[in-house]
Amino acid sequence: MQKTFNIPRELMTETELLQPGMLSCQGCAAAVAMKLALKGLGERTVVVFPACCWSIIVGVYPYSALKVPVLHVPFETGAVAAAGVRAGFNARQEKDVVVMAWAGDGGTFDIGLQALSGAAERNDDIVYVCYDNEAYMNTGIQRSSATPVGAWTTTTPAGAVKQEPKKDMEKIMQGHDIPYIATGTVAYPDDLVRKFQKARNIRGTRFIHLLAPCPPGWRIEPGHSIRVARMATQAKVFPLYEIENGEVMVTVVPEREIPVKAYLEAQGRFRQMPEAMVDALQKQTDRKWEDLLKQVKNSGT
Amino acid sequence: MKQVIKGNHAVSHGVRLCRVKVISAYPITPQTTIVEELSEMCASGELDAEFIKVESEHSAMAACVGSSSAGVRSFTATSSHGLLLMHEVLHWAAGARLPIVLANVNRAVGPGWNIGADQTDSVSQRDTGWIQFYCESNQEVLDSVIMAYKLAETIMLPVMLSYDAFFLSHTSEIVDVPDIEAVCDFLPPYQPKLKLDFSDPRMFGGITSSEYYYEGRYVMHRDGLQALEYYPQVCRDFEAVFGRAYDLLEAYRTDDAEVIMVTAGTLTSVSRIAVDHLRQRGKKVGLMKIRMFRPVPVHGWAQILGQAPKVVVVDRNLTASVGGVFAAEVQAALYPLECRPVVFPVIAGLGGRDVTPADIEGVLDYALGHEKPKDVPLFWGLKQ
Repeated sequence: MQKTFNIPRELMTETELLQPGMLSCQGCAAAVAMKLALKGLGERTVVVFPACCWSIIVGVYPYSALKVPVLHVPFETGAVAAAGVRAGFNARQEKDVVVMAWAGDGGTFDIGLQALSGAAERNDDIVYVCYDNEAYMNTGIQRSSATPVGAWTTTTPAGAVKQEPKKDMEKIMQGHDIPYIATGTVAYPDDLVRKFQKARNIRGTRFIHLLAPCPPGWRIEPGHSIRVARMATQAKVFPLYEIENGEVMVTVVPEREIPVKAYLEAQGRFRQMPEAMVDALQKQTDRKWEDLLKQVKNSGT
Repeated sequence: MKQVIKGNHAVSHGVRLCRVKVISAYPITPQTTIVEELSEMCASGELDAEFIKVESEHSAMAACVGSSSAGVRSFTATSSHGLLLMHEVLHWAAGARLPIVLANVNRAVGPGWNIGADQTDSVSQRDTGWIQFYCESNQEVLDSVIMAYKLAETIMLPVMLSYDAFFLSHTSEIVDVPDIEAVCDFLPPYQPKLKLDFSDPRMFGGITSSEYYYEGRYVMHRDGLQALEYYPQVCRDFEAVFGRAYDLLEAYRTDDAEVIMVTAGTLTSVSRIAVDHLRQRGKKVGLMKIRMFRPVPVHGWAQILGQAPKVVVVDRNLTASVGGVFAAEVQAALYPLECRPVVFPVIAGLGGRDVTPADIEGVLDYALGHEKPKDVPLFWGLKQ
């Protein structure tokens, strides 16, 4: 039975800040995620895009699908360009403005990691969002360091699927002692909006990692992206939690648990994944989940 | 007020006087003391600016792109490898039409590691769309920061001013530091027509099809050329207030010259001495100083250099397997002339090697004594 989600009205802006006419593929979770993110952050938000799918989704000159100011910047500069925008608004004495960098996994895990680390170490007052579709989807599905083990991409082709595990971005960000880290997906929109709303009221670097299923890249039906996102959390491959000032809290306990295998089988990109690799990923997922629960326990929450 | 300060501190004072709002920088020798001084100015409250201490020069320029897009006056400084690392974002800043000012201390590029004066770093950025100035004294450096913002914020293109490592960056000279009130009158607060703003939310820098991209680049080209028209006005206004002028180029004793030497940076000061010596000995030599290098004041160069039968261009930079960049640009500027001077391209002083007045006299004597250059380029002072 389909669960309905109740998003408290006070958490959301009345206005739709994402307009019709945006250019995403059908079923793009990153498009839905933007709509929800801006509901949490509100109208006084500037969006900074390094090169990513959203460079295109937002529209082609002279059109923009967003009703807020938008700045496009080079691929590896999302975090620091946002920090520059922040400094500019501070100099203008407009400190209430939220500056959000919105980057893909390539712009976060790979080419943008240095600038992100720099901004996080300085605790620059930005919301940094990585919408993670687990490969370079915009350029045609090439592997990134966010691509999970066993996945097919055009640079990890059939017979040579990705051998290496996905980089643990949350651990990296935890190492920077920033005030807020959260994970989210469009399958749990109430949780997602609440996290953005919370992030809005925190000062310093806020890192939000969104798993964003990509129908063409994941080899799933456009109508299945929310279902697959939910399965990622049910399989504990992508648990939903937040870390506020070092305190770790699981924010969504899935209504049912499923094996990793079920999550993998729902997607065409894992069709070539060897059985042993599936077992290894299950073990790794279990270990990481235990590790997360330990962190929750140690936090005393 | 007159003070004895180093070239780097001349930059810091220029930035203070321009009331820059956002500074973003990363340390590199020999630029570092610019931002050290700026940090102290910010800490003491002398300068009310946001200072972002970034983790790389690439990020320094990217932060400036962000802050300048938010409509505030932004500054960074770098040198050598730092400037090379910025390259991608230099293109972006110019294409985005952001009036950022960058001070670059001209330093050699590795390997081998070398921190001496060499202009290869900034001439390598000649195709980025930035306006470029070369300075030869600490006074010129300070004044150029002020003039750079005036020019940049009028034509909406970023400006890079370059000066030689150590010969200026770490050498003290007497500098007249202007009163801030006078600079405020000359350079009012920056108020861009467009910026990231909620009253008029716009998108900047997004996907642009060939329907629009081509014209966008044309307009950038056209506006860049306007620097040649507008800068002389900036120069006259500056002179009216501060009593000092720096034209697009400077011609020194060129009127009846048989050989005109072309230089940029501190080589100009050395060459002025050499020209005086040779003139005392009755030799008809002159000097043209390159100040603005982007855009190239083509007509000005051709007018001055076209008078002489011979032109010597001394480059403290090298495009390996081609030669000096200034020589190539001078030759291009002279090409349309019906009667073209013979050009003697000379490389000298790479990696901070000292170039003395005697060296310059030697180069000029060589040109006087030869109808055509024997070696192109001539590597002056090369050890065998």
